[in-house]
Amino acid sequence: MAGKSFFIDTSRCTACRGCQIADKAWWGLKGTKTQQRGNHQNPEDLSFNTWKVVRFSEVEVNGKPNWYFFTDQCRHCLEPPCMYTAQSLGSKAITRDDETGAVIYDPKIKVKAEDFKKIRESCPWDIPRWDEKTQIMAKCNMCINRIREGMLPACVKSCPTGTMNFGDRDKMLDMAQKRLKELKAVYPKAQLLNAEILRTIFLVIDDPQKYWKHAAENGVGITRIAAIKKLVRPLVKFPHFVG
Amino acid sequence: MTNSWTDIGVSDCVLIMGSNAAENHPVAMKWILRAKDRGGKIIHVDPRFTRTSAKADIYAPLRSGTDIAFLGGMINYILEKDLIQNDYVVSNTNAAFIVNPKYDFKDGLFSGYNLEKRAYDKSLWAIEKDEKGIPKRDQSLQNERCVYQLMKKHYARYDLNSVSNITGTPKEDLIKVYEAYAETGKPDKVGTMLYAMGWTQHTVGTQNIRAASIIQLLLGNMGMAGGGVNALRGESNVQGITDQAVLFHIIPGYNPSPKASDVSLEKYNEKNTPKTANPSSVNWWGNRPKYIASFLKSMYGENATKENEFGYQLLPKLDDGQNASFLFMFDEMLKGKFSGFICLGMNPACSLPNANQSREALSKLDWMVAVDIFESETSNFWKGPGMDPNKVKTEVFLLPACSYVEREGSLSDSARTAQWRYKAIEPIGESKADGQIIHEIYMKLKTLYEKDKGVFPDPILKLKWDYAKAGKVDTHLVAKDINGYFLEDVPEHPVDKKAYKKGTLVPSFVFLLADGRTSCGNWIYSGSYTEAGNMMARRDKTPVATANIFPKWAWAWPVNRRIIYNRASVDMQGNPIDPKRAVIKWDAENKKWVGDVPDGPAPPMGMEGGKLPFIMKPDGVASIFGPGLSDGPFPEHYEPLECPIEKNPLSSQRVNPTISLFKDYKFTTCDPRFPFVATTYRVTEHWQTGLMTRYQSLLVETEPQMFVELSEELAELRGIKNGERVLVSSPRGKLEAIAMVTKRWAPFKVAGQTIHEVGMTFHYGWLIPKNGGESANLLTPTIGDANTAIPEYKAFLVNVEKLPAKGKGR
Repeated sequence: MAGKSFFIDTSRCTACRGCQIADKAWWGLKGTKTQQRGNHQNPEDLSFNTWKVVRFSEVEVNGKPNWYFFTDQCRHCLEPPCMYTAQSLGSKAITRDDETGAVIYDPKIKVKAEDFKKIRESCPWDIPRWDEKTQIMAKCNMCINRIREGMLPACVKSCPTGTMNFGDRDKMLDMAQKRLKELKAVYPKAQLLNAEILRTIFLVIDDPQKYWKHAAENGVGITRIAAIKKLVRPLVKFPHFVG
Repeated sequence: MTNSWTDIGVSDCVLIMGSNAAENHPVAMKWILRAKDRGGKIIHVDPRFTRTSAKADIYAPLRSGTDIAFLGGMINYILEKDLIQNDYVVSNTNAAFIVNPKYDFKDGLFSGYNLEKRAYDKSLWAIEKDEKGIPKRDQSLQNERCVYQLMKKHYARYDLNSVSNITGTPKEDLIKVYEAYAETGKPDKVGTMLYAMGWTQHTVGTQNIRAASIIQLLLGNMGMAGGGVNALRGESNVQGITDQAVLFHIIPGYNPSPKASDVSLEKYNEKNTPKTANPSSVNWWGNRPKYIASFLKSMYGENATKENEFGYQLLPKLDDGQNASFLFMFDEMLKGKFSGFICLGMNPACSLPNANQSREALSKLDWMVAVDIFESETSNFWKGPGMDPNKVKTEVFLLPACSYVEREGSLSDSARTAQWRYKAIEPIGESKADGQIIHEIYMKLKTLYEKDKGVFPDPILKLKWDYAKAGKVDTHLVAKDINGYFLEDVPEHPVDKKAYKKGTLVPSFVFLLADGRTSCGNWIYSGSYTEAGNMMARRDKTPVATANIFPKWAWAWPVNRRIIYNRASVDMQGNPIDPKRAVIKWDAENKKWVGDVPDGPAPPMGMEGGKLPFIMKPDGVASIFGPGLSDGPFPEHYEPLECPIEKNPLSSQRVNPTISLFKDYKFTTCDPRFPFVATTYRVTEHWQTGLMTRYQSLLVETEPQMFVELSEELAELRGIKNGERVLVSSPRGKLEAIAMVTKRWAPFKVAGQTIHEVGMTFHYGWLIPKNGGESANLLTPTIGDANTAIPEYKAFLVNVEKLPAKGKGR
């Protein structure tokens, strides 16, 4: 299938925060005022000013302490429920780039509070964020200005371990499948998360719930996506579900 | 590092110990994970489970300050199960050497100890030599006084139970680590050790490294791709700093600083130039006089002549026995013995131990010049907490320095590789490059000395100082001076019989002469900037694929050798012991070596003219028995100065018997008021004392405040919840921190007791950000390693108490 994809191999991630910070540095996003809450995860969550956040999860594996890292970001769905919801509400704020498949929030189009609530709730991965003052939505935009110039997204460029990968979708899917096969030999629970419907493909070595409650789409959301599609079918062209 | 960053990627077993590589050397993980991709095992040994442990195949906990017990246990395991690489050990180390009968070890002390002097008479540890002056040896390693047998006896006390009792590491974890690592003793397997401050910042720091070196020699891992003893250096250019000898005890290229009793150049050379009776030993330090003469020519130019010992009398000398390292220096400063202090790019108010005293010391100066890119707790010490500016007499100057992207020059990384970097923008505002600042200070000093004369102006006035063009320092001129020049025409060079012209750059240190015809600012960098160009600026990725080294990427010292001691990686005929990871190989047809730059061009050991592999040692072999260090020829476990238990479980000698004690400072040991072990460390998101990073909002956002990591068990003991404010105190000071309660740090079972350990960073300081917290060094002790005096930041005692919610009390 055409377009781009991220392949994020969490087994290589050391939570250095290079990706989180490179994204902010490139897009001129503010460093917000945070507090030490007894956890390295700061900021605590995605926000209007934070489009990529490294989530830390202390777990127990075979009775011994372990630590999983999840570099959360927009999944750039092939069929983005946020986009369909916005369209059903008459908003042009969310578009999908034809060439790359990047799902983009327009930084100049305002969205009403009640509309944003519906848009956020439509996302199974809880990605959309919004600024009350300016009424603008924000999230990862696949560094669309960089990739159009043939550069890698900032987060991918900064990653020292090979956790963050980016390229043509078929190549990323190949890479993901190959790596999954390697890791499954050592970690039987290794899996790719919803790879068929997303452009941001995460690989984990354990139950995704141990990483983050919204790491994987657990079935409820797919029903929601289908429901949203039914809603918007008269308004938009209905593309294929699987890519 | 003995090896390179990149050949870590071909290792079978990476032992990360005394290092939290993922958090402090994040890019190193690229190569460590490549080793894992190829089926290599990653082992992490650390008091707590960190972001490095999360990527390791095997994690083992150990109490801070017990690395020698852990490693000694590994030595014992290897010897008991006879897992040494026998041929390697017999040929390449001093395992077979016979030690004189006066050497002994009993109950924690080696023979020759003087309690009053707190020092050993090392002559009692001498190796026995024959009438020719060559060490006596027993190739069968059976003689009861050979190094091998003495080592076996020494480490027999480091059995699994004893080790576990000291380190708090569960026995099954010890076995897992020992078994996995000892596998690399096989000729076709290789293991590497990566370490950092977790091994060095102890009163036994040097001996920690010695223990690692012994293991790597026993297993035949030195000189091999994917092997070696590899220090992950703590700053981007600290390797450059130590190479250029910004340290009191050496001059550039690791030559010893001259002392007052070295009354002449001849006497200095006589004392410091080793000799060997073994014709197979290269004994490369035998060339020292050439490097000293060339260094003096670089310093004093035309003012250095044959007649005046090349200006040797102008070089500053240390008093005999003087120790001018930081602990001693700041002790003198506190006692009012300094009038002034120039502090470049350093924040001692937060980085030196016992920071309250360090800050107090600064207030005793008449003047201080801080050179830095931002204001710091040091430049602003006079308005810090507890300071009354009206009472501080120190006149403080702050000279704005520019950052590394605003100037051109080289940085030398852990792999001895000097990489040239370009200037991205001109220095902002009035900031200047450090080199430019030093140049301008020098030019002004020169003028003043010319006018006012002074007591002894010659060392200033007679310096050769040609590093600037039209008042602007040109780092290329400095780099070339470091490389070295021919100062006269040399019609027939003794080394290659070729002719060299005056004013041309020397090809390498092989061409330096002791007669004043060459200059060289630093012999180990000779070859870095030659007639062929700036070797440090090269960026060619052509590898020596088997070893995964990149000889055309920048330039490494010495002479661009990437893996040192590589002559130990081949057999007597020059064939690689591990062909799939070949570093060098003897091409018999063309009679030369291919691959990495060999440790000297001599043919393999088994051929005529062959040389032993460890060319920097007078005997040509590596030391398993090391009679040169101040605290013993074999590493021995001693407790940190501030010890959580009453006695050293291993002997009656509680602490390192040769460390200098600072009796005027506060310490404690086995103290119910300070019952917990504390350690200090760093995180990815901040840099050193945080001076560069605490001004960056994106970094402060990720790590905003001082925290203390502690176990769930300790939190319960003290009624502390995750995220709560706590007070951490030591005999020297106290600070507030946020509790980070975690399963990743469990208490240790040591000597039948439960010992709790906590940890903090030293990234914070009172200046910025507001409510960020203070430096952990308010708590650390004034005590250092027996050989280097590096402070024991890694193991001391504290108390941790819950604080009332904000608004009450504190």
